[in-house]
Amino acid sequence: MNVPAAWYLVLAAVLFGIGAYGLLTRRSAIIMFMCVELMLNAVNLTFVTFARTLSDIGGQASVFFVMVVAAAEVTVGLGIVVAVFRRRHSTSVDELTEMKG
Amino acid sequence: MSATAYALPSIVVFVTAALLIVVGALGVLAVRNPVHAALSLILTLFGVAVAFIAQSADFLAAVQVIVYAGAIVVIFLFVIMFLGIGRSRHDHVEPLVGQRPLAALGVAVTVGGLIALLASSHWVTGATSVSGSPLAKGTGNVRQLGTAVFTTYLYAFEATAALLVIAVVGAVVLARRERVTEEAE
Repeated sequence: MNVPAAWYLVLAAVLFGIGAYGLLTRRSAIIMFMCVELMLNAVNLTFVTFARTLSDIGGQASVFFVMVVAAAEVTVGLGIVVAVFRRRHSTSVDELTEMKG
Repeated sequence: MSATAYALPSIVVFVTAALLIVVGALGVLAVRNPVHAALSLILTLFGVAVAFIAQSADFLAAVQVIVYAGAIVVIFLFVIMFLGIGRSRHDHVEPLVGQRPLAALGVAVTVGGLIALLASSHWVTGATSVSGSPLAKGTGNVRQLGTAVFTTYLYAFEATAALLVIAVVGAVVLARRERVTEEAE
């Protein structure tokens, strides 16, 4: 018998927390993108766990689409990082203050 | 419900995956060099792939390794090396006072509340699907997932095609913009 779904759900929650903490505290835009990937993977793990527990393939299909969106997000996001770096020679999010209200 | 009720191999697999995931994730946070952070990210992504296989999501595990650990991390490394970023110079300064404790507190409350909420009720509720079981014997995981994606989720699948094209075009435009404006001037 496989380990209970609760173990995987707690693991996913911990992974999500680590990613969220990194997103809130790190300054480099690239590291922040990596933390977003961590959070997305935590959610994917939750989806797969529920798909296994409820015997529903829809959870795995959702993970498939999350992966596609994550790939698109990384492509555009890193493109923005490159464009910003060309102008500012920095990837620190603290220095992007033009839109300060 | 004691842990001994579960088969030892599945426990070993879970612990291995959990160690890979947590160590890799903490590595992304702790390491100062972005290249090392990307390598730690690979560790986490592999751990998630192990967890996928343990839960009979074979196709997703393969996609996880190929697309995430392969393509996406390579994009990260390309950008890091293209920009020539060595050690990040900004993380030891702290312009926002108390940002780290507040972030830790917020994350602890969120994760703790989430786990408490789950533990105080049934972990998984809802009706078990009668249509497609990922654990069904005889039909492979890939066949099941393919059937679901190309029937139930066909419109979403077509939309992802448009999304990917838009993302590629957007990335090219973002990367080219400076050269275009120079030529215009």
